[in-house]
Amino acid sequence: MKVYITSVFVDDQAKALRFYTEVLGFEKKADVPLGEARWLTVTSPQQPEGPELLLEPDSHPAVRPFKDALVADGIPFASFAVDDVEAEFRRLTELGVRFTQEPLRMGPVTTAVFDDTCGNLIQLAAQ
Amino acid sequence: MADVFKALADPTRRHILDELRERDGQTLFELCARLTSKYGLDSSRQAISQHLGILEEVGLVVTRREGRYKFHWLDTSPLRAITGRWPVNDNEGNER
Repeated sequence: MKVYITSVFVDDQAKALRFYTEVLGFEKKADVPLGEARWLTVTSPQQPEGPELLLEPDSHPAVRPFKDALVADGIPFASFAVDDVEAEFRRLTELGVRFTQEPLRMGPVTTAVFDDTCGNLIQLAAQ
Repeated sequence: MADVFKALADPTRRHILDELRERDGQTLFELCARLTSKYGLDSSRQAISQHLGILEEVGLVVTRREGRYKFHWLDTSPLRAITGRWPVNDNEGNER
């Protein structure tokens, strides 16, 4: 068994695609029309055959209260690996990304948390 | 003043104040991560939230919402009542 896809709930798929590709640097992989929504996934250019991230609509009524409660307490919904959290923090801050937690070293791990502009907080982590 | 002493009597709450002194304006998530990784505390998020509530009641912690996020800030001004009542002697060599 292995992870082939995981998802984040986004409030607007077109906006999410822009943020996840143009700002974060992922690449679009699948884009299949499905009624009102799209089966829309991205992957990392460092790992094109690796796990896909599904930009999943958050239109179910249970999802937004769930997201809001996580964001209020600063809890990230997903965690992405980077080589250098400080460098990504500087790069993304210059692009206008809002961080709710600046880089924090915790033993061997450094993390930071930012707002993905689609209703989620995302953690960056480097070992 | 009694409430301030009571709030400060708990080691977890003192750690929370230490961490806010290191970096002010933290989310609950960051505070929990710091308490677990630095002090090995296994308190639940809910327990930390309750500790923060006690600190907030006595005015040592102030919470502010910024848009969708909630941050916690340190406010040491309630401690003034303590040093006002028992002034600290700052002269070196006079410590006992």
